[in-house]
Amino acid sequence: MSTTTTTRGGLSRRGFLQTSAVAGGGLAIGANLAGLSVEALAAGTIHTPNAWVHIADDNTITLISARSEMGQGVYTSMPMLIAEELNVDLRTVQVVIAPPGKEYVNSLLGAQITGGSTSVRDAWEKLRVAGAQVREMLVSAAAARWNVDPATLTAANGKVTGPGGKSATYGQLAADAAKLPVPEKPPLKDPSKFAIVGKRTKRLDTPSKVNGTAEYGIDVKLPGMLYASIEQCPVIGGKVDSFDGAAAKAMPGVVDVVQLPDGVAVVADTYWHAFKARKALTVRWNEGPGASLTTAQMAESNRDAATKSKVIVIKANGDVDAAMKGAVKVVKAEYTLPLLSHAPLEPMNFTAHVANGKALLIGPTQFQQGAEGVVAATLGMKPEDITIKTTFLGGGFGRRLELDFIAQAALVSKAVGKPVKVLWTREDDMTHDFYRPMALNQLEAGLDAQGKPVAMRFKVTSQSVTQRAFGLPADTLDPFMAEAAVAPYQIAASKHDLVIHDAGMRVGYWRAVSHNMNAFANESFIDECAAAAGQDPVKYRLALLDGQPRFANVLRMASEKSGWATPVAGRSRGVALMEGYDTYMAQVAEISMQGGVPVVHKVTIVADLGRMVNPDTVEAQIQSSIVFGLTAALFGEITVDKGRIQETNFDRYRLMRMNEAPVIDITLVQSSEKPGGIGEPATALIGPAVANAVFAATGKRVRRMPFTAETIASA
Amino acid sequence: MSTRFSVNGRTVDAKAEADTPLLWVIRDEIGLTGTKFGCGAALCGACTVHVDGQPVRSCQTPLSAVAGRKVSTIESLPRNNTHPLQKAWIAHDVPQCGYCQSGQLMSAAALLSHNKNPSDADIDAAMSGNICRCGTYARIKAAIKTAAAEMRGARSQA
Repeated sequence: MSTTTTTRGGLSRRGFLQTSAVAGGGLAIGANLAGLSVEALAAGTIHTPNAWVHIADDNTITLISARSEMGQGVYTSMPMLIAEELNVDLRTVQVVIAPPGKEYVNSLLGAQITGGSTSVRDAWEKLRVAGAQVREMLVSAAAARWNVDPATLTAANGKVTGPGGKSATYGQLAADAAKLPVPEKPPLKDPSKFAIVGKRTKRLDTPSKVNGTAEYGIDVKLPGMLYASIEQCPVIGGKVDSFDGAAAKAMPGVVDVVQLPDGVAVVADTYWHAFKARKALTVRWNEGPGASLTTAQMAESNRDAATKSKVIVIKANGDVDAAMKGAVKVVKAEYTLPLLSHAPLEPMNFTAHVANGKALLIGPTQFQQGAEGVVAATLGMKPEDITIKTTFLGGGFGRRLELDFIAQAALVSKAVGKPVKVLWTREDDMTHDFYRPMALNQLEAGLDAQGKPVAMRFKVTSQSVTQRAFGLPADTLDPFMAEAAVAPYQIAASKHDLVIHDAGMRVGYWRAVSHNMNAFANESFIDECAAAAGQDPVKYRLALLDGQPRFANVLRMASEKSGWATPVAGRSRGVALMEGYDTYMAQVAEISMQGGVPVVHKVTIVADLGRMVNPDTVEAQIQSSIVFGLTAALFGEITVDKGRIQETNFDRYRLMRMNEAPVIDITLVQSSEKPGGIGEPATALIGPAVANAVFAATGKRVRRMPFTAETIASA
Repeated sequence: MSTRFSVNGRTVDAKAEADTPLLWVIRDEIGLTGTKFGCGAALCGACTVHVDGQPVRSCQTPLSAVAGRKVSTIESLPRNNTHPLQKAWIAHDVPQCGYCQSGQLMSAAALLSHNKNPSDADIDAAMSGNICRCGTYARIKAAIKTAAAEMRGARSQA
């Protein structure tokens, strides 16, 4: 929905701290790039409005990625787009991560953010244009040098060649090219001519990730660096009332004990010394208003809000009351989702060196501009005095959009006047997350005599991340909360409502955001309608998809690929369908029930995401999303008692393991539509696919996650 | 007081206190950062190293326990990625964020050191202590089989 995109950009921009373009500050990635930095590349850099391409005298080409590498393959897909138009072999280029800068703003989000499955969608035109601009400038430089018509020249394989055997490498032309004006509308290749984009391509970062040399935030080391472990208030939002750090300070290696607003940091010569001494702290907390919060209370207040709080209309269509009255049968159902933690495997960390009026911050972040902004605000510094360098991210999933740990590192380093690495424990990470909000979805449909839905009411009640993170005004539609709220099915009269309710816990964007609750509700509910109508779930959906060829196509294909029409003894199947991030997807989950819970044997996915940059990475992201989504559907629940998160490590917050992972069969639709995002959508669809399979197996509708034996037994 | 042991064939005298987890000695004192910290409770496997050839969770192994023993980390695999497992990991483009992969590779290496033809069940049993939040399990399994095939081939040629 293009209107949603526009709204997101508009509201996002408002909340962001202004930053100016900072020349310099990139960080080399990968073993082969040691020592490389954007600063070192200043001379000979060809600077286009959307990208920096550096071509050294020796023809080494360096492309700058504006997006953080958190596993989704952007350090490969971003350079692929540039290399395609520049006509260079991808294996000959190096990649560095961009510093904060206006030219790196993600147009779909209005800030320099890696998230929302936007990287390729944002870069698709931009980076090809940038590559073409550089190519045209190199050709112009050669034409001027040789005094020939540029039309007689060819730029390919890192060389410009022309009549009479004229030839110069890009490196030999780069200095001249850099002085030329940037052409506004360089010709772009016809996609039929693509040699790189759309081809299965080996990731550029893999070699450094199989020999231990890839640098994550936790691996950063600065000369004279100290380590900090922070005791944070057990109730999120609480503050330090008073503390006694004497015992901690007396322990081996401890350099200092520093009070922060929300915790006390122990700073030592090694991480282990800091961590051990932290246990010797005595802290009195002012736990604040969150100190009495419980999961039950949150769920109750959310349910209360669903009936009492102001409704924001997402979409209204036709006379629902009249259509509902005319219905032969009414189907009603409620679906609930719990809080979830992001749990990236690399715990939160950041390294800071604040001294002499300058701040250097190095670490894993999805939000360079925000990192710069929070340091500026926390330390009262100007952006030009702040340098942000991004390492590899040991997972993101939305957690590293947040800036809390970056501010902590800046404050601790400032307090001790030395470089400091702040590193959280797993327990810190899990108990101080910005959680995926709870949700209650209430749906009602009226069916006609043939079982076809003629009226529908949909209401989602949940908490707004955008209000917290970006100051979205109250009673305003949070576009992220409307994701996948409107299903593709033809229903003559329908109303889709949103209730925004702050249930009291700090919330954040979590992979696939509100597609998770809304697709779970919609895709479970349409299955309930099909069952009420006594019809096959695939056929029932297809009959409601007139004029929706991309939806109908992926659904038909998934039905065929999964063998939907051919039952397998002892197995049951469930289907789900959704559009998210401009990607159309259908999934079929094949399960059996063992010990009262579903064991997922196989998942068949058909995805139509338009043009793809690297189909192998597309498949990897779908595989990843299935495991991530199944982890939530089968195991995921964060609970709260007395304001304290009860799940503190992977024993009580289970993540799916290899022996539990299903076979994943993926079919990608060949398409010339514009690219869709693929980092997230499959996450949201596997839950309802499994829930529908559980119904097929047991006749029980499981309407809340996770699908535990107790939940299913009581369904 | 120091603790003498070997890391990747090199003798080291670690100064850290005897109760310091091996993980932090390897990372912060010896400076080999390929071994990762994920949970601190032997639940995720990110910190897997070999002690005398056996895979252990270095976050739960005190320094005192490795005195006089041979420790191998991810850095014991060739830097130029020529080990069959590294080649297979690249061929299948296994890593996503990559953070868990050092531990995954060390668990896989331990498996293949005594079983050159592992079944799916063998692989599940050896690898299910290693969490991958990015969900690369299918590719890990495929890569282990590819590496095992290469190692069997190399052995039969030898």
